[in-house]
Amino acid sequence: MPGLKQRAIELYGWFERRIGLAGPITEAAEHPVPSSSASWWYVFGSAAAVILVMQIVTGILLALVYTPSAGEAWNSLQFLNHDLLLGWFLRALHGWGSNFMIAIVLIHMTQVFLFGAFKFPRELTWIVGVFLLLMTLGMAFTGQVLRFDQDAYWGLGIGTSIAGRVPFIGAPLVHLVLGGPIIGGTTLSRFFALHVFVIPGILLGCVALHLWMVLHLGINEWPMPGRLVRKSTYVQEYASITHKTGIPFVPDAAWKDAVFAAAIILAIIASALFFGPIGPSGPPDPTIIQTAPKPDMVFLWLYALLAYLPPKLETPFLLIVPVLVIGGLVLLPLVAGEGEKHWSRRPVAVLMVMMIAVSLGALTRLATYVPWSPIMDAWSGDPVPPKFLERRTPLEHEGALVFQEKQCRNCHALDGVGGMRGPELDAVATRLTEDQLIRQVLQGGGNMPAYGSALSPPETTALVRFLETLNGNRIPARDPSRVLIRKSETVLKPHNESLTSASQ
Amino acid sequence: MNDLIQHSRRTFLMKIAILLNGIVGVFLAIPIIGYLLGPLLKKDSSYNYWTPLGSLDQFPVGETRLANYHNPVGVAWDGQTGTIPCWVRCVATGKFQVFAINCAHLGCPVRWFPQSKLFMCPCHGGVYYQDGARASGPPLRGLFQYSYKIAGDQLMIKAGELPTLSTQASVAKPEHSPCQG
Repeated sequence: MPGLKQRAIELYGWFERRIGLAGPITEAAEHPVPSSSASWWYVFGSAAAVILVMQIVTGILLALVYTPSAGEAWNSLQFLNHDLLLGWFLRALHGWGSNFMIAIVLIHMTQVFLFGAFKFPRELTWIVGVFLLLMTLGMAFTGQVLRFDQDAYWGLGIGTSIAGRVPFIGAPLVHLVLGGPIIGGTTLSRFFALHVFVIPGILLGCVALHLWMVLHLGINEWPMPGRLVRKSTYVQEYASITHKTGIPFVPDAAWKDAVFAAAIILAIIASALFFGPIGPSGPPDPTIIQTAPKPDMVFLWLYALLAYLPPKLETPFLLIVPVLVIGGLVLLPLVAGEGEKHWSRRPVAVLMVMMIAVSLGALTRLATYVPWSPIMDAWSGDPVPPKFLERRTPLEHEGALVFQEKQCRNCHALDGVGGMRGPELDAVATRLTEDQLIRQVLQGGGNMPAYGSALSPPETTALVRFLETLNGNRIPARDPSRVLIRKSETVLKPHNESLTSASQ
Repeated sequence: MNDLIQHSRRTFLMKIAILLNGIVGVFLAIPIIGYLLGPLLKKDSSYNYWTPLGSLDQFPVGETRLANYHNPVGVAWDGQTGTIPCWVRCVATGKFQVFAINCAHLGCPVRWFPQSKLFMCPCHGGVYYQDGARASGPPLRGLFQYSYKIAGDQLMIKAGELPTLSTQASVAKPEHSPCQG
């Protein structure tokens, strides 16, 4: 046995003499980190790196089968899902890995921001990190396109329509994105090249640089309120902290990274097992128009924003805001490279994080039930609830039919069922008088189309009679002048009758 | 002294070598950039061709119907994406409006509802009247329209390009509906 051990050491020595990397690697692994940084808060970056490795491995395995051809991609995904042993599981791992990657990258970025880790001398580490975030989002979008289904097809249409809004170079930009005049064979191949070669290549280069800078500059120390960063003194202060409290990264700090990475990979495996692969939805056939396209989770907030922006503001917003946001993120460490690191002394930073998180969360939540979209089959699928039909006249019943048949229900809910584009109409008669109802139906306005050309006069009368019954058991809106006229009519009536009888 | 001369000669040769590589690099870069920008260098007019949509009797007067055409400038491996739908409205005998399927907001497929005479978009709620004019929602304009002509008993449209705000199938903007209020 001792002979075997000796032989193994000799073999190792043979390789090491020729490669010579053991020294630098050991040195990097055992570099001292401040003991305060060996915290559970410092595990997100390494977790992102571990997910990246998993994405590369699962991505290569999927590429063994996936066919990047517009005519065959969808079929190859069906084959992976249904015909190939564990193909569904590999697709699920890759898809859920992508979701977890974005979540972890965002958490990592928030932690770095709140701990002031972007300040001197780690400005460039942050800036490279911003580009890593953009590339991660780029991977998510191109990956969604490779899942060449209905959502991918129309999602490309949305992306292209945004590109088409760029002034002057809109048309060439559209052709460059699509690789031609339409969404088709040439489009999918270029997104495949982007997803598999171009972005990962740049991404890996940036990850290497990002990691090298973390090693070279040392991990950020745990911030203390009142301990300010000054360019003149920081390097010395950091050296003294690591000298006094430093512990070797491996194993004293790295065990937490390793445990967290294992937990995250386990969570991805669990999601893949429980929720399965993401899509594909229907085939990428543009002639199937019975579809309501939606982007993946990551881009839902943008989908919601595009519904809520005022139309005239949309193009300037789409073209200017991304530049401002990316510019702001890149400039942040250069502008705020010194000073306080601790979150308790940086209220604006904390408020910004909260505001962005709440906005993105709210928009994402809204995009899960798209209140701005008509529900295309509400008119034929959701009948008028019986309580709105009880004790009504035949004309009012006819109005309820008109209400359904003219697709009013697609945008207006009754008893909580139906579209949310327009207001719910359960008690519309308490808000609008008869004349106002007629005007609103015929002329539209306030984001409602005019129905003047789609309704005959009897249909309009019946519809308005039905709408007038929707008063939620409260007092309906009345036009005061109309009330006066009715009163005067009843006062005059007997008088007129007496006049008529007198003349006879 | 001898070393110095040799050194400067080698430095000079290195500079020549760098220059040589620069020239070769430019020679290599020009075709690569040309290849990448290929889709841009085509004129817009070369993307659109007269394409048959079907015989006239498929489109009765007063109705709006879905029709498909095979994209004239596609590639063999386009698969299903090469067949593209559009809405054909026959206004009067021989008079048509052919609308792109793509919403003028962000390109989602609009659906026609004959009962309310409206096109509705499922994505962000863009709505258009029967003549393609904008009715409500986020679109900035009416539906995109294809130019059409009648050849024998066939309805032909000029198509080939995905319509967006900068690549429009037709320059003609639909007229405003008289009942817009």
